[in-house]
Amino acid sequence: MNWEKVMGLEVHLQLSTHSKIFSSSATAFGADANTQTNPLDMALPGTLPVLNHAAVSQAIVFGLGVGAEIGKVSRFDRKNYFYPDLPKGYQISQFFEPIVKEGVFDVPLEDGSIFPVRILRAHLEEDAGKSVHDAIPGHTGIDLNRAGTPLLEVVTEPDFRTAEQVVAYLKALHALVTYLGISDGNMSEGSMRCDVNLSLRLEGETEYGTRTELKNINSFRFIERAIHVEAERQQDLLESGQSVVQETRLFDPDKDETRSMRSKEVANDYRYFPDPDLLPIVIDDATIERIRDALPELPAVKRGRYTTELGLSQYDANLLTQDRATAEFFEACCATSNNPKATANWMLGDLSAALNKEGLAICGCKVTPEGLGLLIKRIDDGTLSSKMAKTVFEGLWAGEPDVDRIIEDKGLKQVSDSGALETIVDDLIANNPAQVDQYRAADEGKQKKLIGFFVGQAMKASKGQANPQLLNQLLKQKLG
Amino acid sequence: MTEPFETISSLAKQLDAGRVSSRELVEDAIARTETLNSALNAVIALDKPGALAAADKADKARADGSTSPLLGVPMLHKDIFCTRGVQTSCASKMLADFVPPYDATVVKKLDAAGMVSLGKCNMDEFAMGSSNETSFFGAVKNPWDLNRVPGGSSGGSAAAVAAGLAPLATGTDTGGSIRQPAALCGITGLKPTYGRVSRYGMIAFASSMDQAGPMARTAEDCALVLNAMAGHDPLDSTCADISVPDYSAGLEQSIEGLRVGIPKEFFSSHLNDGVAATVTAAIKELEAAGAVIVDVSLPSTDLGVSTYYVIAPAEASANLSRYDGVRYGYRCDNPSDLQDLYLRSRTEGFGEEVKRRILIGTFTLSAASYDQYFMKAQQVRRLIADEYESVLNDVDVIAGPSAPNTAFVLNDGSKSITDMYMEDVFTIGANLAGLPAISVPAGLVDGLPVGMQLIGSRFGEAQLLNIAHQFQRRTDWHSLTPDLEGLTG
Repeated sequence: MNWEKVMGLEVHLQLSTHSKIFSSSATAFGADANTQTNPLDMALPGTLPVLNHAAVSQAIVFGLGVGAEIGKVSRFDRKNYFYPDLPKGYQISQFFEPIVKEGVFDVPLEDGSIFPVRILRAHLEEDAGKSVHDAIPGHTGIDLNRAGTPLLEVVTEPDFRTAEQVVAYLKALHALVTYLGISDGNMSEGSMRCDVNLSLRLEGETEYGTRTELKNINSFRFIERAIHVEAERQQDLLESGQSVVQETRLFDPDKDETRSMRSKEVANDYRYFPDPDLLPIVIDDATIERIRDALPELPAVKRGRYTTELGLSQYDANLLTQDRATAEFFEACCATSNNPKATANWMLGDLSAALNKEGLAICGCKVTPEGLGLLIKRIDDGTLSSKMAKTVFEGLWAGEPDVDRIIEDKGLKQVSDSGALETIVDDLIANNPAQVDQYRAADEGKQKKLIGFFVGQAMKASKGQANPQLLNQLLKQKLG
Repeated sequence: MTEPFETISSLAKQLDAGRVSSRELVEDAIARTETLNSALNAVIALDKPGALAAADKADKARADGSTSPLLGVPMLHKDIFCTRGVQTSCASKMLADFVPPYDATVVKKLDAAGMVSLGKCNMDEFAMGSSNETSFFGAVKNPWDLNRVPGGSSGGSAAAVAAGLAPLATGTDTGGSIRQPAALCGITGLKPTYGRVSRYGMIAFASSMDQAGPMARTAEDCALVLNAMAGHDPLDSTCADISVPDYSAGLEQSIEGLRVGIPKEFFSSHLNDGVAATVTAAIKELEAAGAVIVDVSLPSTDLGVSTYYVIAPAEASANLSRYDGVRYGYRCDNPSDLQDLYLRSRTEGFGEEVKRRILIGTFTLSAASYDQYFMKAQQVRRLIADEYESVLNDVDVIAGPSAPNTAFVLNDGSKSITDMYMEDVFTIGANLAGLPAISVPAGLVDGLPVGMQLIGSRFGEAQLLNIAHQFQRRTDWHSLTPDLEGLTG
């Protein structure tokens, strides 16, 4: 029997507003427990939510980024459940009328093809706080710093069939939101959290099977693994004639298993109703257009432009556009180098290797895009040999800012002046008559070997700066 | 001793003339409260040091040339308003020890106007009730007859003003909680348009209807206080950004030619005969002042109570979820686990009526009954609001009784829960439609006060106050005071 996985995703993106969605408290990550709270975050009696419009703008930016329809009138609803980290006993969310409606998001796959994912909706909501189990012995503490942080929950249709598609989608989503500047997408800090709804069905079957929901998996690697483990579990159940129970499950990377989260299954009637404390969000066309005009170039558009206009391979274009910082570095670099292909090669070769070696992201890069651009330009104009270029790159990486100064100081400039090279070659021929005779007597095959002696001597005489092509040409001419 | 039944406007003149100081007024009010409160139970927290300090500050400000009409006048807050550093319990065991770290906007504004808060008034627990019998601190007694209820939920506020403890108390009105106790205690109470006064710091019962307003001796005083209470508040998204007129400015205007609509549904079988006759006479008085009386119809009036008792408990069920024993408020002893903490803290911390409404609300919002109850109630609410709007397109204001009965006896076992809910039958419409409404003393039946209610168009408080003031210029009902001789000794 061949089983097919069917998956839909719910991704919670933490929006990058400075303050919370309904209060003026800060949203910075990692502060001491409960220091980023005010009476509203603690749900003291009489406090009222006031909408942070920056979160609304960011949700619209996202909707336009995935080509979705923006809800002209959206509303906030209360989702009721009791949990210690949910101070009001309800979460303010958007259930009936989300701000972002249907759209299609093109996801680039490894092989360069495009996988369209249907977005069902995206809605604004507030995050909960968190329970802290290790701060006070024998007790559970509550940290409400995160309570009220704005989230955008992005829900897809069940369009995914493989874990690779899921990961590609998440990477593309990550790229999109960082491009748009609406989330830092940091999975380890919880800025991007993913729930996977997964069911199995026999290949060819059109009905969906019973699904389980895998909650809060916080790395791409774990997602792949969680999907694999859960699909195997479901397959074992189905093949042994048992059925899958619809429930929420947690992936435990240490034990490499998923297990049931029964606590939340007890009460799943959330009794949604419109929140009377907040007015509907009404968005007019002018606002949407104003936000659309200010959007940066999106990854999909960039990828297209890199292949068609700049002549890059699809593979290179995908890599260079996978986050905004990389693409911006590339474009700034090209502006100086004027050579997109060589720039791509440098970035995906030496630069990428140097970053990886020190565990740095592109934003921590020690070489400026202008520096690398000029380096490439100096190769193209014949100033640098590719071997010397590596030395210059090392200089740039070590913190010397000026390419031409490095070339100058280290004397790396190629001698391409044929007059100067001619003098060197003439001297060589005059001072090494034996080798000259040997060369002239040899056949063509042997000559190729023997010319090495002259090249080496000439390089030595020029302190390594002779332009190798020009030198070769001169030697052949004078010896032959 | 200063005269206890003075109005704010009269006190302001005496203060301005230097005939009395704020300190004297406040000391006398505290003394009177200490004497009478054991019988009335209208006040559940007195802040003597805070009040005396504020009085001295007001006296100093006046000496320095300040002349705000409210400066130095003592008042009380319903215990639903958060007061920084002073107990704010909502008359619930759940919040009996809660001391907020902030002031409600209403409290801030009246402080800024120089009013001196003496303390906090008793009320029905979480404003749920029409008799003030649901308070954790015990029932409030009606100053007109200590065996009777003052109405609710702002029963402590109404009783305090009626007994002359202060010339003003704040109230809140979700289904009639300012107007019904004002009627039963013989004072004037205004529920402003939804969105006229900020709800920030006012403990929520049903957020789409809760509205704060003044409870005083006269419409003139209500106007003075509304001037200070009303206005946009960035902390409350539902608080309207509409400029505040001077509500005192138009009080003396003639009401000649104004059209007053009398809905026939307000004079139905629910209405006590004596109350009907008293209110009818009061309407005649408006006619005598030149108003044009018009028969109108609000056919969905009887649907109001059931609509309200679906929507208000639904909102309340969510609003009261925060009282979970986790962060503040009542927590049960030695909870065995989280479930036990929730269950016992809420079972022990809330009173019967509050629990009843939480259960009703939880039920009407549940997936299986949402469409049938909550959704349907929202539709009927719209229908009722449309009926009011359409009538108010034809007339300037609507007039009728504030409550179907005069004050009823305490612990009246014959009154069922739904009988109690019917107390709000005439007041609920204005809450469902978000309209302003005022109750003014209109006479006595068997020695007990009766209130006439006037309902206006959205943000039409000035007109309501104008009509109420003109009525009070022609009548003396608002000047009647209960006989408390036996209590003061």
